[in-house]
Amino acid sequence: MSILGTRVVRTEDPLFLTRGATYTDDLVDDRLTGALHATFIRSQVAHGRVLSVDTSAAREAPGVVAVYSAEDCTDLDPIPAGLPMVPAAMSRPWFASETVRFVGDIIAVVLTEERYQGEDAAEMVSVDIDTLPAVVTTADALKDETLLFPEAGTNVMAAFGEPEPADFFAGCEVVVRQAVVNQRVAPVPLETRAAAAAWGEDGRVTIFCSNQGAQQAKAQIAGWLGLDPALVHLVTPDVGGGFGAKIGADPEFAMVAWLAQKAGRPVKWVENRSENLVGMLHGRGQDQVVAIGGSRDGTVEAYSLLVDQDCGAYPRFGPVLPTLTMLMAPAVYAFPKVHAQARALATNTTSIGAYRGAGRPEATAAVERALDLFAAEIGMDPAEVRRKNLLPDFHEPHTTAMGAVYDSGEYVAALDKVLDAAGYQELRAEQARRRENGDVKQLGIGMSVYVEITGADTGLGAGESAEMEVHPDGTATVLTGTSPHGQGHATAWAMIASEQTGIPVDKITVIHGDTDRIPRGGGTMGSRSLQQGGAAVHQAATELVELAKQRAAEQLEADPADLEIDLSSAGLSVRGTPGAGITLAQLAEKEPLLVQTRFEAGGPTFPFGAHLVVVEVDTESGKTEVQRVVTVDDAGTIVNPLLAEGQRHGGIAQGVAQALLEEVLYDADGNPQTSTLADYPFVSATELPSFELVDMATPTPMNPLGAKGIGEAGTIGSTPAVHNAVIDAVAHLGVRHIDMPTTPMKVWRAIQQAQQEGTH
Amino acid sequence: MQVSMTVNGQQHSDEVEPRLLLAHYLRDVVGLKATNIGCDTTSCGACTVIVDGLSVKSCTLLAAQAEGAEVTTLEGLAGPDGELHPMQKAFREEHGLQCGFCTPGMVMAAIGVLADNPDPSDREVREGLEGNLCRCTGYHNIVRAVQSAAKAGPAAGQVPQGQEVAR
Repeated sequence: MSILGTRVVRTEDPLFLTRGATYTDDLVDDRLTGALHATFIRSQVAHGRVLSVDTSAAREAPGVVAVYSAEDCTDLDPIPAGLPMVPAAMSRPWFASETVRFVGDIIAVVLTEERYQGEDAAEMVSVDIDTLPAVVTTADALKDETLLFPEAGTNVMAAFGEPEPADFFAGCEVVVRQAVVNQRVAPVPLETRAAAAAWGEDGRVTIFCSNQGAQQAKAQIAGWLGLDPALVHLVTPDVGGGFGAKIGADPEFAMVAWLAQKAGRPVKWVENRSENLVGMLHGRGQDQVVAIGGSRDGTVEAYSLLVDQDCGAYPRFGPVLPTLTMLMAPAVYAFPKVHAQARALATNTTSIGAYRGAGRPEATAAVERALDLFAAEIGMDPAEVRRKNLLPDFHEPHTTAMGAVYDSGEYVAALDKVLDAAGYQELRAEQARRRENGDVKQLGIGMSVYVEITGADTGLGAGESAEMEVHPDGTATVLTGTSPHGQGHATAWAMIASEQTGIPVDKITVIHGDTDRIPRGGGTMGSRSLQQGGAAVHQAATELVELAKQRAAEQLEADPADLEIDLSSAGLSVRGTPGAGITLAQLAEKEPLLVQTRFEAGGPTFPFGAHLVVVEVDTESGKTEVQRVVTVDDAGTIVNPLLAEGQRHGGIAQGVAQALLEEVLYDADGNPQTSTLADYPFVSATELPSFELVDMATPTPMNPLGAKGIGEAGTIGSTPAVHNAVIDAVAHLGVRHIDMPTTPMKVWRAIQQAQQEGTH
Repeated sequence: MQVSMTVNGQQHSDEVEPRLLLAHYLRDVVGLKATNIGCDTTSCGACTVIVDGLSVKSCTLLAAQAEGAEVTTLEGLAGPDGELHPMQKAFREEHGLQCGFCTPGMVMAAIGVLADNPDPSDREVREGLEGNLCRCTGYHNIVRAVQSAAKAGPAAGQVPQGQEVAR
C-alpha cells in the first residue's frame, strides 16, 4: 500500500514539542556572537513634514553604539515601487527625511548592546513633524486633494479595466447594487518579523530572517542594497507563521544587513507586537461595489464588480491584489456577462500585502454576497439561485470571461455534498420555526461556492527545484525550494520521496531556506508548494530511481529494464529473481547517488468547494455564535489527510475571524486604533466551533501527484459563508446587508435601522 | 539584583536587572528558548510556563517575582529517557501544532486546563485556552489534543516534579 494518502504524523513535531523550533530570535550561531540589537524609531504621525530629527541624547544613552537616520544613509537608493504599473515616484526612502507617510514609517534606528537599552534609547530620539492632512480611506485617496507623492500627481498607484458600460444591465428584470467593504485585517503570524545579519571576512553577508521564500528575499535585498547577489547568503530559520505577510523581504531585513556593515558588528532585530501591527503588511482592504442583474426565475444575466484597493502608503503587493480579484470575478458561475474594474490607491496607512488568499477571497466574498442579495431580492432560496447559475461539471479546461483557464470543476456536486452533510432542509425548517416564534436567538444559514487559483505563475515560473541524495547509511536528504512555516513539508516531502524509493520517512531529512545550498526556489505562497515543490520531489525521487537502475545494471550485470524498485529494502531487484539485488545505500557507497531536478507545472490549478455555516444571532445584543462550519474543499489528490485537514482548519478560522471579528482600524487622522493584541480582536478558541470537513477529491492533470492547493481554500470559502449566515439570521427583520466584520454593534444597529425603516 | 529559582528541576541563581521579565530571563539568561514571546499585552499566551503548579504568562511576571519558585517550561516536560509527556504526545498525534510558535505556551496552558478540570467538555477546553492564541490550527486539533490527553489520565494535567532536565 502506498504511503501517500495516509495520516503520517509530523517528523517536525518531536523537536518542536520538546525543545521548541528555532526561530530567528532563538538562533545560537557563532556568526551572531556579540550582535547588536536594532530598535527602530517610527513615525507616530500618519502624514507630515519632518522638521527635525535629534538623536544627540539617544547617542549618550547607556549601551548605545550608534544611531542612524536619513542623513547617515546616503549610499542607498530609495526602495523602488518594483511594479511596472506603479508610478516611479512612489518609492520609499529607507529613512523618512522629508515626509512621513504612515504611522510606522521609519525615521531612525538605534543600535544597542542589550535589547532593553534599545527601547530606552529610542524614547530619547526627538522628532519634530509638521502634520499634514491624512488620506485614510480609498474615498479620500480618490479625491486626489491631498497627495502622498505630489511628484506622481495622483494617489492612484494603478488602474485596471474600464468603467461599467451604461447599458451593462439592459434587459435585466432585476438589478441589485451594493457597496461591500472587504475590510483591512492584520495577518498576525504568532512570530513577529525578525532578522539578523553578519558580514564575514570573505566580504559576504549572512542574513537570517523570518520569511516565506529565501531565494526571493535574497534577490530583493541584494537589489535594494546594490549588492552582487553572490555576496548574499540568506538563511531561513524556522518560521512562526507567515500567511502571505512574510513573502519576500521587508525593508527592515535589508536594513539589518546594512546596519551590520555600517557598525562592523552583527546586528539583530526582533520586533515586538505593537511594532508588528503597524510595520508588517496588512491584508485585504478593498472597497467594492457589486451589481448583479437577471430575471425573477433566478437566472443571472450580468455581474459587475468595482474594486477600490487600499494599498497603504508604499506599494508592495497591494496593487497586484485587485488583478487577482478581477481574474476570479466570474467565480464558479455561468454568468453570460461579467465586468470588472479596479483602482489601486495610496493612503497614509500601513502598506497592504498578500494575506491568505490574496485577492481571491475578495472575489469570492463579492460574488457570494451579490448572489445572496439577488436571491433575497427575488425571494428565492440562495442554494437554488446558486444551483441555477453554477457552471455545469467540466473535465476539460474552461476559459472564463476574465481569461482564467480552470482545469476542472464539479461545483454542483460540491454544493450538493455540503448541503446534504449539513442537513440543509432541516436547518431551514428550524430557522422557520424560530422566525415564526419570534425567538430572540435566530438561526442564520450562509453558504458559498468557490473556485480559486493556486500555483499561479507570479513571475518566478510555475515550477520548483528539488534535489535528492541517498547516503551510504541508508538515509536520504531532500532539498526543496519551498519554504514551510507550519505546513509540514518535512513530513510530506519525505512521504513523497519514500513512496518512490522505499526509504523510511524518518530517515529522510528535508532541507529548505538556504540560498547557498538551494540557489533556486519559489518559496511557499499562493498554495503552490505541494503541486510544484512536492511534485519536484516526486520527480527527483523518480529520476533517482532511474539513475540507480543504470548504476545497478552494471553491477548486477542486468538490463536496466529488468530492474525494479523493491520498496521493502529500499533497493533494486532483478524482476523474477528474488534476492538478487542491491540497495540504494550500497549504490551510494561507490559514488554519490544524487539527483537535481526542476519540475515545471502544466499550469495553475483551480481548487473548488462549498461551505455551509450555521450561526445563532442574538437579536437583542447583536452577538453571533458560530454553531457549525461544514466544508467541502476539493484540493485534488491528498498526500497526507492530517496535514490537509490542518490547512483547512486554519484557513476556515481566519475566514471566520474576518467575517465576525477582525479589522484594522484607523481614526480620521490616520492613527492606528488596533496596534496591540489587546485592541486587535484576534480570533480565539472560544469564538470558533469544531469544523465538519467533507471529503471530495478531483485530481488535476497539471502535476503527477494530482494535487491542487489547499493552503488558502478554507479562508476563501468560509469568509462569505459566515458573512452570509449572519445576514441571513436577521434578514426576516428587514436587514439586507451588513459589512464585515459583523460585530454585535453592527448587527444590532442594522436590526434597529431596519425596524425604524419598517421595511419588514 | 540576584534571583534564584528552580527551572525544570535545576537550581538557577543569576544577577539580573530588576525590570527583567521572566520570559526574557528564561530565554536569554537560562538559555531555554522554547518559551516564545508573541505580544506585549499578555494577550497571546505564547510565553506560558508553569510556576509553582499554576500556568502563568511569563511576559507578565518579573524574574524577581519568581524568586524561589519552581518553574517548568516546555523543555521540562519529557521524561529523562525522552518519553513525551501525555500532552506533548497528544499534540503530535492530533496534529495540534503547525508553525509551532504558540505551541510551547499552548501545551503548558493545556496542562493547566487539565490540572483544573481533568475531564473537560470541548467548550471548557476552549474557554480554558481563551488566553492562548494560535493562527495556524483554528484550534480544532488543539481541542482534540487536549481531549485525547485527558483520556490518558491524571498525568496529562501534571508537570514532572523535581526532575533534572539536562540542557
